[in-house]
Amino acid sequence: VTATVETRISWYRRMLEIRLFEEKVQELFMEGLVQGTTHLCQGQEAVSVGAISTLRDDDYMTITYRGHGHALMRGVPMEACFAELMGRSSGCCKGVGGSMHFTDLDKGLLGAFAIVGAGLPVALGAAYSAKLQGSDRVALTFCGDGATNIGTFHEALNIAAAWKVGIVFIVENNLYGEYTPLRETTPLDDLAERAKAYAIPGVIVDGQDVDAVHAAVATAVARGRAGDGPSLLEMKTYRFRGHSRTDPGKYRPEGELDRWRERDPIVLLGAELASTGTLSADAQSAMRDEVQGLVDSTADRAKEGPVPTMEEVRSYVYAA
Amino acid sequence: MSTQLESDAPPLAGDTTEMTYREAVNAALADEMASDPRVYLLGEDVANDGGVFKTNVGLPEAFPGRVTNTPICENTFIGMALGMSITGLRPVIEVMFSDFLPTAADAIIEELPKFRFMTGGQCSVPVTVRSIGGGTGRFGTQHSATGESWFIAFPGLIVASAGTPGGAYAVLRAAIRHEDPVLFFEHKGLYARKGPVRRSDDAVARVGQGTVLRSGSDVTIVATLLMADRALQAAEELAGEGIAVEVIDPQWLRPFDLPLVASSLERTGRLVVVEEQVHAGGWGATLISNLTLAGATFEAPPLVVGLPDDVLIPYSPSLEDAIIPSVGQIADTVRLLS
Repeated sequence: VTATVETRISWYRRMLEIRLFEEKVQELFMEGLVQGTTHLCQGQEAVSVGAISTLRDDDYMTITYRGHGHALMRGVPMEACFAELMGRSSGCCKGVGGSMHFTDLDKGLLGAFAIVGAGLPVALGAAYSAKLQGSDRVALTFCGDGATNIGTFHEALNIAAAWKVGIVFIVENNLYGEYTPLRETTPLDDLAERAKAYAIPGVIVDGQDVDAVHAAVATAVARGRAGDGPSLLEMKTYRFRGHSRTDPGKYRPEGELDRWRERDPIVLLGAELASTGTLSADAQSAMRDEVQGLVDSTADRAKEGPVPTMEEVRSYVYAA
Repeated sequence: MSTQLESDAPPLAGDTTEMTYREAVNAALADEMASDPRVYLLGEDVANDGGVFKTNVGLPEAFPGRVTNTPICENTFIGMALGMSITGLRPVIEVMFSDFLPTAADAIIEELPKFRFMTGGQCSVPVTVRSIGGGTGRFGTQHSATGESWFIAFPGLIVASAGTPGGAYAVLRAAIRHEDPVLFFEHKGLYARKGPVRRSDDAVARVGQGTVLRSGSDVTIVATLLMADRALQAAEELAGEGIAVEVIDPQWLRPFDLPLVASSLERTGRLVVVEEQVHAGGWGATLISNLTLAGATFEAPPLVVGLPDDVLIPYSPSLEDAIIPSVGQIADTVRLLS
């Protein structure tokens, strides 16, 4: 699958949007407008953009507490995302959920979960539901490397494989489960190997290369849609920031961050677009300024959103 | 997202007949599956030979493709039910023994009741989890808990049970029709028990409404599951001594029908809670607390018959019998108040 020039330029722009959104979140945190915790995804943008761009509008996905990028890529309006982070009823979850629960059922974004591994059974249930209803919708479910050590990961892969459910499991292996290096807790470097235990395809993907991500996920989605069952894709990636807001990431060996910054997915795609004459460095710089302007003005608008009332929030507990 | 679909099934308006608690559960499942094509059953062995407790006899044949055996992984198949419920289906999950519920605590505590809330009310979560619990079966320490109070402290969740066949039919159907997640407790010691069941659409229970199983003016007993059945037997025995006992099966443990118990207590002034669980942290303790907070008047301090606090449920048959409240124990406790 070779993406068109226009598509790749749009991917570049979507990665920039996510990057500058996350940087803005940090700023809003310093201003006290965003509180609690945030788990930012700078460095991992190619996974969100490459993977989610393979979906149809009626497909499903679940994400994690590090999910801002995925939600933006799925088309949750940026203002609704900022407003959610600021606890406003104009937020995508009416200000109730906050950073870790970006959800938009109308867009098939069936939840962001703050419990490691909790999204996998939900996505599996949605994909199984599609199968029962005779639909070829598929589900993507994102999790981190840390989630591959929790029970739901294995239980969900097992059921998906046994029942040939159309789901794609995407592990974003950023090398750390919270503060702990993967190798201290896990006997493998390549988590895709875990697919062998469930007799399904396991693919290692360069998570910094948006084209590679897109191609691998497109193959897995097609397999799921055809009724051939699940796949496990491991995205080798890296978060440029710490686990959460209070984590400076001091446990990382000297030089590791710098090496990964050389593989910044936006820089990599930008260099290629420039060298092929698709999008010049100047054009990229202009695009960056434009996106920055959009991010700033959108955040400003979101600040004006109303704070929900206790009555509003109470009405979300029970449907009946 | 979950409006009632048109169904070809005619409305049910059956007469009252005698059936077992097991048959009542089976009838409730069959009637909901017939009236709503979105209802699917999942669980361990649910499609094999009627299920482990034979509550699903005939369902796989009557509803092909809608009764599915799962692997042994409660947390994941209950989490799946959430995913199914927000994409157009109404899953009913069977948990073979209530003692297995804690393996699914994430799905039951963190996901089902919180999902609608933390997404700002974007959806409803019509999931029913049937859980089979209770002692007297000689199943030993890890297969005998009722589990009925383990999950009553979570806003967003509905917790239900039934102590009679009629209640099992009415409450289970209401649970499956409800738009919020319901944990419905059955008691394996009741499955063979017979009673009147009105198999009719208008018999479907109202969520949160308890039921008076027997009227009386001297003492109020509140009891669930097998204890409701035993309380009725005790009431019969006491009637011969001129003591009129009112027996209430609250059926819904969250939300709990406090007004029903309060109005009974206003007439009797005396309360006995009978529960197949330790008192700490249970619906019985919560009931007494809430009655007190509401200013209820007790003519004598309330009494509790329950599982002892210093021992677990043993296998050895005579010992299991000794610790689960008996008809005699319940009657003796009522006599203390009379």
